[in-house]
Amino acid sequence: MVCAVNKHLDARLLDPAGADELVRALQRRGFSVIAPAIEDDIVVLREYGPADTLPRGYSDTQDGGSYRLTRTGDDRLFAYAAAPQGFKRVLWPPRQTLYESRRTADRLEILPVTEEPKKLALFAARACEIDAIAILDGVFDNGDFADPGYWARRRDAFVVLVECGRSGDTCFCASMGTGPAREAGFDIALTEIFGNGPHRLLARAGSERGAEVLAEIAGRPATAGDADDRNRMLAEVAAAQARRMPADVAAILAANPEHARWNAVAERCLTCGNCTMVCPTCFCSTTEDSSSLDMSTATRARRWDSCFTIDYSYIHGGAVRASARSRYRQWISHKLSTWHEQFGRAGCVGCGRCITWCPVGIDIVEEANAIAASSA
Amino acid sequence: MRTAGERPGAPGGSADPMVPRPFRVTRRRRETADTFTLDLVAEDGKPFAFAPGQFNMLYVHGVGEVPISISGDPADGTRLVHTIRAVGKVSAALCAMKRGDLVALRGPYGKPWPTVEAEGHDVVFIAGGVGLAPLRPAIVHAIANRHRFGKVIVLYGARSPADMLFAEEVQRWRGLFSMEVDATVDRAGPDWLGRVGVVTKLVERAEFDPAHTLAMICGPEVMMRFSVEMLTRRGVAEDRIYVSMERNMKCAVGFCGHCQWGSAFVCRDGPVFRHDRIAHLNAIREL
Ligand SMILES: Cc1cc2nc3c(=O)[nH]c(=O)nc-3n(C[C@H](O)[C@H](O)[C@H](O)COP(=O)(O)OP(=O)(O)OC[C@H]3O[C@@H](n4cnc5c(N)ncnc54)[C@H](O)[C@@H]3O)c2cc1C
Ligand code: SF4
Ligand code: SF4
Ligand code: FES
Repeated sequence: MVCAVNKHLDARLLDPAGADELVRALQRRGFSVIAPAIEDDIVVLREYGPADTLPRGYSDTQDGGSYRLTRTGDDRLFAYAAAPQGFKRVLWPPRQTLYESRRTADRLEILPVTEEPKKLALFAARACEIDAIAILDGVFDNGDFADPGYWARRRDAFVVLVECGRSGDTCFCASMGTGPAREAGFDIALTEIFGNGPHRLLARAGSERGAEVLAEIAGRPATAGDADDRNRMLAEVAAAQARRMPADVAAILAANPEHARWNAVAERCLTCGNCTMVCPTCFCSTTEDSSSLDMSTATRARRWDSCFTIDYSYIHGGAVRASARSRYRQWISHKLSTWHEQFGRAGCVGCGRCITWCPVGIDIVEEANAIAASSA
Repeated sequence: MRTAGERPGAPGGSADPMVPRPFRVTRRRRETADTFTLDLVAEDGKPFAFAPGQFNMLYVHGVGEVPISISGDPADGTRLVHTIRAVGKVSAALCAMKRGDLVALRGPYGKPWPTVEAEGHDVVFIAGGVGLAPLRPAIVHAIANRHRFGKVIVLYGARSPADMLFAEEVQRWRGLFSMEVDATVDRAGPDWLGRVGVVTKLVERAEFDPAHTLAMICGPEVMMRFSVEMLTRRGVAEDRIYVSMERNMKCAVGFCGHCQWGSAFVCRDGPVFRHDRIAHLNAIREL
């Protein structure tokens, strides 16, 4: 399944400590490194500070409506699966100021608000996460328009992939074709090999600059045996995923807008929008206006929005999607069906977050399979 | 589609397509009790080109931003004309604007009416209520380029005589030998001597050659649906019927997601759609 032909550098082996060294090497190059950390019993992605080390010995159990951080009792670096929030938060922050409008006696001035772009490094992005970023790239440069804020953060972002050595309990990347292995879209790829020979990291460069950084980290050349260990491990991870999206889900959903299952799921769905808030590819936003007390300065901001809100589809006279049924249908049909027509691929990467973080445990894979099983 | 270099906010550039530029109100006309037409001129003096059927995002300082179609003459690059019905916060603030007031806007956005495809055909414009505003640039264009078209027919339905937009201009169109104008209202008092009834009645009656007709429709969704039905019943091909759709819009550039209708982004793939391409979407409720 996987072959590691690398045009930049032969694969290298690092000791586990090499991961933190890698972070510091990126910091020395001026990158603000966004890396996993443990906060309040969840994995978060935040800027790696001077006193930080990468968390070790953490895993998680995830299921429909539940997430629990667990200890592995060893010093594995990357045994936990998808964190509640992905890197979307970093590249497309939940609230962004668009501009300030200043009104004087006879003038109106529109002043774009642009932040000083940081040199970002996205550390330990899983395969599905990198795929989600590729999806966002297509949304925020659609051929006619591109978002300068997104691209200021994204364009030169240094990406460190971590291939998963353990599949999360709600993951289904294998059936979406997005993971757990990945051969492109990163500067450096790490694969943690544990329990099979010494605990080690297989490191590959995916770009010139990735090769340069990697050359600074103490390591040794990898052997064909290490590559075999990686391939075997990733094949096992893929095989461990119980959830499988039907291959022809796009056509099935398109053909079943009036399926009875939509009513059944609407009875359970709280339309809380949690699924859209954790999804790494959901890109919807709305705008907000505020102004100073004397109305001389007004600010316009953009913030994440969800297709589950009633205002989302409001046009005067009422919401286009008034029922929960139509809003759930919109969400899942967009992810799995209409996204193909819009962007040439699915909008779901199989990270499983929407399943884990749904308070009532609604499962996108189960819903898709149920409709497929009794498709019109 | 523009080339990469001139794209607003292209990855190489820095212009943000969400940021508008200031325009000054140079004239305000009252169309009906709740609908006003504003003439706007760019503060930076740069000309503004648009195609009939396109819209702008109009921002009112501190209040908000809404999509509004351009209702002016596409041949006039110096003055932008918008006709707005006050239905809520932002539209009411726009309607309250006076001469000299400032707004900010960005655009033009969206796919235009098929003015070129219409050449050589009888052209039927069907408008309901404020739906005449987005059609007006196409009608003005057809009058200015009259020889390029077969018959030019405007069919207009409004709630009452007092709700008719551009009343004087519609009267003037009606007086032209080169076009036909028919209007109807849902209800009227005794001093209205015109037709009473739905606009589909006008479609049924209008004289055009169905085999060589192109229709452009804008109005409430039910009105558009019945108009399409009547046109197809009369033999107008589905791929020569165009409608303009309305959906919630927060960006107009494909970023916010709000305007989605099936796989279409109404802001970029519409608002003008060829009927045969969206008939399947029309059939699904709450899509
Ligand atoms: C492509 C397009 C062209 C339009 N052209 C015109 C025009 O030429 N003249 C005109 O009077 N109106 C036009 N509209 C409708 C106009 O945009 C709405 O009336 C306006 O958004 C209402 O905003 P509000 O703040 O006044 O109302 P509120 O009721 O306070 O609206 C709240 C929010 O809901 C959304 N909204 C409400 N109604 C609509 C609607 N009908 N369409 C889209 N979003 C809506 C807006 O995002 C608005 O900010 C057009 C709409 C679209 C999509
Ligand atoms: S739809 Fe669910 S599984 Fe798919 S990418 Fe979004 S959160 Fe992950
Ligand atoms: S599917 Fe679950 S998470 Fe999504 S809106 Fe419904 S209840 Fe909330
Ligand atoms: S209006 Fe934002 S995507 Fe169309």
